[in-house]
Order: sequence, then structure tokens, then C-alpha cells
Amino acid sequence: MGKIEWAMWANEQALASGLILLTGGIVGVAGQFRGWQFAAYAIAAGVFVCLLEYPRSKRAKGTSVERTGQYCFTVCVKSFGPLTRNYYVRAFLHAAICVPGGFMLATVLGCVCLGIASIIYLAAAIRGEHWEPIVPRKDTVRPPPADIKNPPQNPPPRPPPETRRKRVEDLEGAAYDNPIPVKD
Amino acid sequence: MANWIINNGLTAFILVVWMAINIFLFLWFYFFYDLGDEYIYTRHLLGSALAWARAPAAVLNFNCMLILLPVCRNLLSLIRGSFMCCGRTMRKQLDKNISFHKLVAYMIALMTAVHMIAHLINVEWYNNSRRGSYDELSTALSNLEDDNGDDDDDNATTYLNPIRTTDINAQQTPTYFVFTSIAGLTGVIITLALILIITSSMEVIRRSYFEVFWYTHHLFVVFFIGLVIHGTGYIVRKQWNMELHNVTFCRGRSSDWGRIPQCPVPQFKGGPAQTWWWVIGPMVLYIFERVLRFIRYTQAVTYRKIVLHPSKVLELQLIKNGFKMEVGQYVFLNCPQISQLEWHPFTMTSAPEEDFFAVHIRSAGDWTDKLIDIMQTLPEGAQGPKMGVDGPFGTASEDVFDYEVSMLVGAGIGVTPFASILKSIWYKFKISNPNLRTRKIYFYWICRETHAFEWFADLLQGLEKEMEERGMADFLTYKLYLTGWDQGHANHARIHSDKDTDVVTGLKQKTNYGRPAWDKEFEQVRKENPTSVVGTFLCGPAVLAKILGKKCAKYSDVDPRKTRFYFNKENF
Repeated sequence: MGKIEWAMWANEQALASGLILLTGGIVGVAGQFRGWQFAAYAIAAGVFVCLLEYPRSKRAKGTSVERTGQYCFTVCVKSFGPLTRNYYVRAFLHAAICVPGGFMLATVLGCVCLGIASIIYLAAAIRGEHWEPIVPRKDTVRPPPADIKNPPQNPPPRPPPETRRKRVEDLEGAAYDNPIPVKD
Repeated sequence: MANWIINNGLTAFILVVWMAINIFLFLWFYFFYDLGDEYIYTRHLLGSALAWARAPAAVLNFNCMLILLPVCRNLLSLIRGSFMCCGRTMRKQLDKNISFHKLVAYMIALMTAVHMIAHLINVEWYNNSRRGSYDELSTALSNLEDDNGDDDDDNATTYLNPIRTTDINAQQTPTYFVFTSIAGLTGVIITLALILIITSSMEVIRRSYFEVFWYTHHLFVVFFIGLVIHGTGYIVRKQWNMELHNVTFCRGRSSDWGRIPQCPVPQFKGGPAQTWWWVIGPMVLYIFERVLRFIRYTQAVTYRKIVLHPSKVLELQLIKNGFKMEVGQYVFLNCPQISQLEWHPFTMTSAPEEDFFAVHIRSAGDWTDKLIDIMQTLPEGAQGPKMGVDGPFGTASEDVFDYEVSMLVGAGIGVTPFASILKSIWYKFKISNPNLRTRKIYFYWICRETHAFEWFADLLQGLEKEMEERGMADFLTYKLYLTGWDQGHANHARIHSDKDTDVVTGLKQKTNYGRPAWDKEFEQVRKENPTSVVGTFLCGPAVLAKILGKKCAKYSDVDPRKTRFYFNKENF
């Protein structure tokens, strides 16, 4: 299991947790449950976690697969610099966010799932992983090598005209094999 | 269109039947709980949230029963073997087992979500009723005491509202109730297990870190144990003294219950757990499956030959007692020296006529790299590390032998089953096996670069030589297409264009560069075989399958005396 980037799984888990928090929050608010304020918080927290986790990180090794339309999110997340790049920050952030979810039944599952995601992110951070934005590759047009600009000044070296003419007596020694017979 | 029906019709039918059963179960149980008289009082407290929780529960029972079956691969092999009579289309459905497993998993996830949301509402409304937030009837129902007084027997209780305490903080009561009742606690645990299983099964994780996926997936053990225990709490409660207590008359007289003869106190009880009826069969089958895999793993496998081909391709020729294979099947290999728990699938490249079976293993990850390393450090002639073999699996590709003329198209790694097929065709041809109706084969090999497939080029060379010796040089016509060529390749080929054999592969047939021009190829086949039925077989990407399907339709003649192409979309 040496080559695993734990952050990839943590990312999936955190995104799922965000959605579960969001769903639990919506149920709590729509049903006007006791403690619906916690549910309202869970909606905001769920949306925030989803936005943060939607853009996938570039993998250290191997091809990275983007989520559809993640580029705008990448730009937003990138702009926070070290806060979003560092997984220790994310681990503690998720741990902190998930706590209020535990005060109401509808959001408890989201809280526990986010807590698990936080633990996996901690493992990723300890292993030295960090978040890297996936930027679209700009294919730079390679400038053609300089010497293409200059056509050759001299014609290519050719043997003298006598040897160039097809000699019927000595086909082996001829320098060329003319497709069209050369008339003297 | 006709081709679609032949290739996908049975699958579509099975999915329609499955969906119909799901819908039926949902609606049946929904109306059972939404209209049943014994639940009138329960519905007064819960509304239709009761039915919305029970209907997905029924669908969940059904799907949890189904989900274990497609992954019992030995059981599937047994079914496949017993149904040799029942047509290939039926047996081919067994090859789509993992797709079905995923579909059932999606349904389980969806129904879990609905079930859980409905129960959140149920718990909240039970809590509110308990605290008198609703009308008089609700409060009266919730206040019903446990008349029986027999604390040991859960099902002898007579109350309706399972929330019995009011001492705890009102906001925390639902959480407290969930975590102290059997149904609630098991529900949370198995939902958590399900979420972890799902997040580690996402395609990115599965394809990159199979071990995380595989080990986390074993949480299904927790899932099933919790699932069976989940319904044992007698929480869904119905009235059982309906004859004595007429609901329509008594519901407005809750203060008189027990005081007037027409309205004795309504008595409630919960139903027994039912899930285990549904899942016990598949659970037992799955346990058999794992035991069988373990037994197979302990069976002795000896190495007949170990060959290290160029470009880090390892060929293993193995012998196992009682092992019988068909063309195009695959096996799972396990090497305890590398990893105790991992089994990896490999298509077999030997023919059934040989007295051993062989796999060609390419360096493609942790496990394969370690295996190649181990083999490289083995002394000459020594036996390799202990290997467990499970299989063979997969629908055999015997259709290939039924056609007079066959067009075989192998793209990239898809060329592997064709090694088995070509060898088998050659063996059958040599002994004039009557099962072999093939007289002419066109083989198209398309790959980006031949590096990992030099062993296949060697196989073709060997076949080429044998056929020339027997004067059967035109039995097999093969063309190799290198799609990953660059200017360097082109220059190299141009310089050596005079040579007899191809510079890249050493074969008599020259390598073509780029993708095949299928129109030309089909034209050529049609010209050379004006009256035959041609079977086209592909092992490669779906895009190519679409193209070939179209060409087969285009070049087939309506006149049955002329050439007709049949496309077999195989997933070897």
C-alpha cells in the first residue's frame, strides 16, 4: 500500500460528508426540527465543505482526473494559498466544522463522516502530501529550429556531369539510375 | 437496431424485471403501511413518513439479498457450466455481474438515503408527540404506558411511542434515542460502513489504489451483521386489539380510554425482524464462495516453465490438478509472498489443447512488479513462489470456431485472449477437429507500440513458420497496425522497405502505421470470400466496437448466397 495518496480518499470522503451535512441540514430546517439552527449551520457548512473539496488535487504521481467543471473552483481554492494547500489545516478545519453537527440528530451522520475525513486528511498530512491545483496545459508552440529559416545557399554536392550521365556500358558504376533514359 | 437487440436485449430485459420488482415492493409496502387499519394510530403520530420509511426498507431487503450474488464468482462459474445447453446469450449475462453489483449498490445507497430521512422525521415527530407539542390524541397515544410490566420481553410491551423518556434535553432526545436503541445504533453503524464503502469504491480510488478499495470493501461484513440485527428492536408498532377498540369511534375520546367499555386502552406491538429471511441465503452462499476460494488457494500449483520476455513481460506456465479451461477465459492469481489477501485477474494465453495453462503478466503496478522481481532473482530451473489459482472464469469464446471465415480484431491489451484463440484454432486445425469450421482467419492487431507484446509477435512468427511448412500459408492473414508511430519509425521503415521481413516485428507481413482503413479491409475480405458467412470478433475499446458494428452492417449482403458479416461484441 506504499504508493497511496491518502488525500484522494480523504477528498472523496469529505465531499460525501459535505453532501450528507447539507442533506441533514435541509431536512432539519424544512421540517423545523428542534435545534433547526444547528441544521441551518449544517447547510452552510455543507456547502462550504463541498466547495472546498470539489476541485481535486493534482496527483504527485500518475494522471490526475479532474471533476467536471472544477477549474473555477480550483482558482478560488488556489487563491487561499497555504491555507488550502496544507492538509494539516484542512484536517483541523474539518474537525472543527463537524463539531456543531453533533448537537442534532439530523446532522450527526454528516458530523461523523466529516470527522473520519479529517482523520484521513491528518494521515495524508503526516505523510507529507499537499494540495496542488490542476491547471490546464498550455501547449506552447515550439519555435522551429533557427536554421530552418535559412534555405541552403549552395546546391547539394553532386558528382561531375560525366559520371552523372547514364552509361549503358557500365550500369553498376553509374551514380544514378534514371527512370527516364538520358539521351545524349 | 437488430444488432442492439441481439447484443443487449436480454440484459435490458433483466434490468426491466429488476426495476419492476423494486417498484412493486416499494408501492406494495408503501400502501401496506399507509392504508392498513392497524397503523391508523401510528400514522396519526407519523403521517406518511411511516410509509416512506418502510417502503425503502423493503426495497433495501430485496437489494441487499441481491448484492452478494454477483460476486460469488465460483457459483457463477457453476451456473455457467450447468447451462451449456441454454444458449450463449444467457450465459453472457453472467459476465456482466460486476455491472449489476454496482447497479444494485446504487439502489441500496439511494434507498438508504430515503429511509434515513424518513426516520429522521419519524424520530423528531415521536419526540414532539411525547412532549405534547401536538393534539390531544397524539399526547394520549404517546403517554400510553407499558402495561405489561414484563421488562425482559421486548415484544410484550404495549406502548406505541418508542421514545419513553422525557428527562433528557428535548433537542438531544432524538440523538439519545437513536444511540440507545438497537435499530438506531445499528442503523448509524451500517450507514457509516456503507458510506466508507462507497467513497473508497469511486473509480479514481479503485483504479489507483485497489488495496484501499478492497480492504475497505470488507466493511460489508459489518454492514450485513448490523443489517440483520437492525430490525430486532420491535420499533415499528401496530395496534392489535382492533376488534375491541374501534378506532373511528374511539379516536376522539382519548380521555375515556379504559373507562368506557367500547374503548379499552389500545395495545400495540412491534413486528419481528424480517431482513434475515431475505439475506440469510446469499450470506451462506457467499461464505461458501470464500471457503471455496480458500480451498482452491491451498491446491498445489506447479510451475512448468517461467519465461521473462522483453519489456518486463512474465510468462508463467502452470499445472494444476483437475484444471480445465476454455479459450478466452481468465484466472485469478494470488501470491502470498507478495500479499496474503490480493487476487488479481489475468487472461489465459494458452490453448485448452495444451496440458498446462499459461498467463502473460505485464508490469502494471505494485503486485506485478514485485512478482517480476521475484522471478528475476530465481535460480535456473527452480520452482517459483507458492501461487494460488482461482478459476477459470468468463464465458468461453467458442463462437470463433463456428464461422467459416473469421475476422479477429485485437486492440492493445485486448490481444491477449487471441493468443489463446489462435493457438487453439491451430491445434484444432492440425488434428482436423470437426468442431472447427474455420477455413480462413483475418487477424488485425492494433496497438500503440509493440513493446509489451513482443511475445505475441513471437507466437505469430511460430504460427507463420508452421503454416508455411504445411503449405497453408494463406490460412491466417494478419495485419499489425502501429498507431503510435512517429517520424523516426517512418524513416526507419522506409530505409528498410526492401527487406523480406518487417523490421519491427520480424514477421513476414509488414507493419502498417496508423489505424486500419476498415472500408478497405472489409472490401478485401468480401472480395476474397464471396459466398461465406464471416464472423467478426473484437476485443478492444467501445468506439471501435461501434465502428466495426456499422461496417459489418454496411458490407453484409442481403442475398444469403453472398458474403454476410456478423459482429460479435465480446467482452473477453
